Amino acid sequence: MKYGFVFSKTDKRPMYQQIMEQIVQRIAVGDWPPNTPLPSVRELAADIKVSIITVKRAYLELGRDGVITTQQGKGTWVSESLDMKRLQREELAEHLAHAAKLADSLGISEAELLQMLKKYV
Amino acid sequence: MDVPLAIACRKINKRYPHFSLSDVDLSVEEGTVMGLVGPNGAGKSTILRMVMGLIGPDSGSVTVLGHRMPDEQMAAKRDIGFVAEDMRLYESQSIAFHMDFVKSIFDSWDDTYAANLLRSFDLKKEQKVKGLSHGQRVKATLLLALARRPKLLVFDEPTTGLDPAVRKEVIDEMMNALESESHSILFSSHNTLDVEQISDYITFIYGGRIIESCNKEDFMDGWRRIRLSNPDGKPLPMLKNIKEMQQHGRLCSLTVDQYDEGVAEHLRQSGLKVDAVERLTLEEIFLSNVHHAKANLSKEAGL
Repeated sequence: MKYGFVFSKTDKRPMYQQIMEQIVQRIAVGDWPPNTPLPSVRELAADIKVSIITVKRAYLELGRDGVITTQQGKGTWVSESLDMKRLQREELAEHLAHAAKLADSLGISEAELLQMLKKYV
Repeated sequence: MDVPLAIACRKINKRYPHFSLSDVDLSVEEGTVMGLVGPNGAGKSTILRMVMGLIGPDSGSVTVLGHRMPDEQMAAKRDIGFVAEDMRLYESQSIAFHMDFVKSIFDSWDDTYAANLLRSFDLKKEQKVKGLSHGQRVKATLLLALARRPKLLVFDEPTTGLDPAVRKEVIDEMMNALESESHSILFSSHNTLDVEQISDYITFIYGGRIIESCNKEDFMDGWRRIRLSNPDGKPLPMLKNIKEMQQHGRLCSLTVDQYDEGVAEHLRQSGLKVDAVERLTLEEIFLSNVHHAKANLSKEAGL
């Protein structure tokens, strides 16, 4: 476990999304600053014991989001012009979306949810 | 660019008194992991044995690493490592004896790798086979296959009957063997978790036929469970990608494949309320697929 990725077996999201999250977290906390080379797909797959195609998909989606840059034959690295603020906001948005969904399934109204959130701001 | 194929089975047919394989097509690209999934008796082991050249098809062709099987199996087997449950080791001999034996046949044997495997598998070379537990036997046979560094690894149920710790050791070493880009794995398993974790491609077999064979990400992405409420008792639209349906009172749950947003939209327009759209695990897909395949087979048989 060279790269220290930890996955939860109870996390219901697809594996590629969990890999994306772990990479984005490393970038967001500054462990992987812009221009940091990422392990090759095959190397990361062997390290975390996940199929190559799943890691490939995570890289593809992160590339599409502009978080990482891949150049054929040269490798993959953290994008230079990465907007950290935006990345962190996106992470927050994801948490909020999750909270909203949970509230909905518990029958908590919009007003009540906003009231609950106020406690923390 | 086309990736070269490690395995190409074309329209294989094989008839036994109580079982037959029908028009099996199977392609495994170099450098990938293919998982074969199917219930007991679906034909997984028969296909693996054909890939190994142990059985010849009645019709169709099997090409492995560029060699026609079974005719050119001698040449092909230099580069294939096979691990099956019923592999026999010499009971009264030690693991070291078997290692020396395999090494004497295959010049590709890697001593350093073998020593590393012994260590990570927690095996003692001097141990006699008859004293080994099931887990240790599996690890020993895996070691004998891996240390030759074959281009293709074929595993029949490699994790069956293993405790979680040994299962992890086995899966880890299977994945480590793939660090070289041209090496490939074909394996069968009942354990859908293993298949979901390490396969790049999944092939579904039922009743001697291939039900589906595709890229795992596309495969897992296509299946959804849709939870509906149907307050007015409206009829459900008959969509062709509905594989399973369960209805209790006003609540309904559909299992669909080839899902896209259009499906949910279609249901809404039919006056149904879509409560949730959920992804499925491979196990759930497996059960649904078996259920559906069974229904289709009995329909074909006119039952």
